Formats: sequence, C-alpha cells, structure tokens
Amino acid sequence: MSVKITNRQVGDVTVIDVSGRITLGEGSSALRDALRDIVAKGHKKILLNLGDVSYIDSSGIGELVAGFTSVSNQGGQLKLLGLTKRVKDLLQITKLYTVFEVHDDEAGAIRSFS
Amino acid sequence: MGTDREGAVKVERAFDSTLESVDEAEALILDAAEKAGFDEDEQHHISMAARECLVNAVVHGNRYNLKKKVHVTVETSSDTVKVTIADEGEGFDLSDLPDPLAEENILRHSGRGIFLIRAFMDDFTMRKIKPHGTEVTLIKQRGRNEDNER
Repeated sequence: MSVKITNRQVGDVTVIDVSGRITLGEGSSALRDALRDIVAKGHKKILLNLGDVSYIDSSGIGELVAGFTSVSNQGGQLKLLGLTKRVKDLLQITKLYTVFEVHDDEAGAIRSFS
Repeated sequence: MGTDREGAVKVERAFDSTLESVDEAEALILDAAEKAGFDEDEQHHISMAARECLVNAVVHGNRYNLKKKVHVTVETSSDTVKVTIADEGEGFDLSDLPDPLAEENILRHSGRGIFLIRAFMDDFTMRKIKPHGTEVTLIKQRGRNEDNER
C-alpha cells in the first residue's frame, strides 16, 4: 500500500486521515488531489491527520507546503495532527515545524479552529 | 552479490528509469543496511537519502527514458554502508540549488532533496561521469547518530 486518504467532517472542520507513504508518484498525487478537492469545495478549516503516515519524502513535504499555501491563499487554515517522530524530525530539520500549526490530540486541534 | 573481505558485501544492479524501480532499489538498499546491522533510525535515514538520489536519477537524470538505466551499487561492512547511484543523463550543477532553509525559500514546493540527503548521511559526493551521467555516493557509518546527539 502506498497511501490511503479518507475525509470526515467534525463540525465545520474537515479532517483528512492519511495513512501509508507520501512519496513521489501515487502518494503525493493522492494528497494533492485530496487537498485540491477539499479547497475547491470551499472548506476552509482543514486538519490533516498524519498519525499513520510512516514515510514522507521531499516530494511529500512539497505537497504539504503546497496544500498549506493553497488553503491559506483561500483564507483558510491547514493544521497538522499526530505527527510521528520521523515526520516531526523531518519538519524540524527543514524548518517547516514553525510554519505549520501542529497538534497532538484531535479534540484540541478541532477546538483551535474556533 | 559478492563478499570481498570478512563481513563486507557488495551488491550491484541496474534498474529501469521508472518510479517502480525507485521502490525496488530503495528496498534493496534498505535490506542491505538491515543485514549490516544498522538500527531502525539509521535504516530510515539511509533509505530516505537513497530514495531522494534514485528519484533524481530517474526524474532529473534519465528523465524517465526507458533506454537509460540507473546503476546502483551497495557496499556494506560491519560499520559502514556505501551506496553509489549513477544515471545516464546530462547532469546538473549543485551550485544552482537554492538554500531550502532561507526565509524566501521555506514555502517552496521543491528543492529539499539534496538538503535531506546531506542531513541524513555522513558523506555525500556527486560527480559527472563519461560519456553521460551523474554518479552520487552516499556513506553512512553505524552509530554516528548517537555520537551526534551527545
């Protein structure tokens, strides 16, 4: 399995659950399509749950940044939830950890949008 | 696969210029690192760095040209893994790459691959090869992560 992406609505927050690998090809394309679709539908509060993401490469990081920029440009917010240590380390060494708002627990993340 | 000296193993393979081959080559390198005794974090760093190089070779080097191959050599010993990845493309200049940590580049969508390779490996070199191609060499030594964290 490369990547699996599902959406759910919690109040006015769209939670995107991602599992697997976000790498160049199927993984990064699937994430790009999912974020584009949600932005196109006008959703502005988006929580990207990466708790089950085992691996992100530089292409995957690029998609996270592209998604963040796209949502922000539409006046929305994209926040991250449940980073594994490896993904957290990756965002720290690329200095992106301070760009994204990162949460460890979903309830707190949902409340942070209001 | 060959054993040159006690505990040293060398594997050489040529791969098609496809993203599926990137997965195959990454798995080969990861398997070699695991068998050599690198811990899980080290294996992850080796496989990530190798993947970035393999993607560069397929996408930017050989440009998905199925007539061109990506040549991978993995040499492991009890404390070192050395990965050499060569494409048959036109090559590119590292000095052209912008600094991904510079404020103006933080939100760029690409340009972090080489930075991550350097962050994860102990040594990274790149050279042009004749008649065409770029060869990168990655080296990681066992236990250096712990040393760096002290």
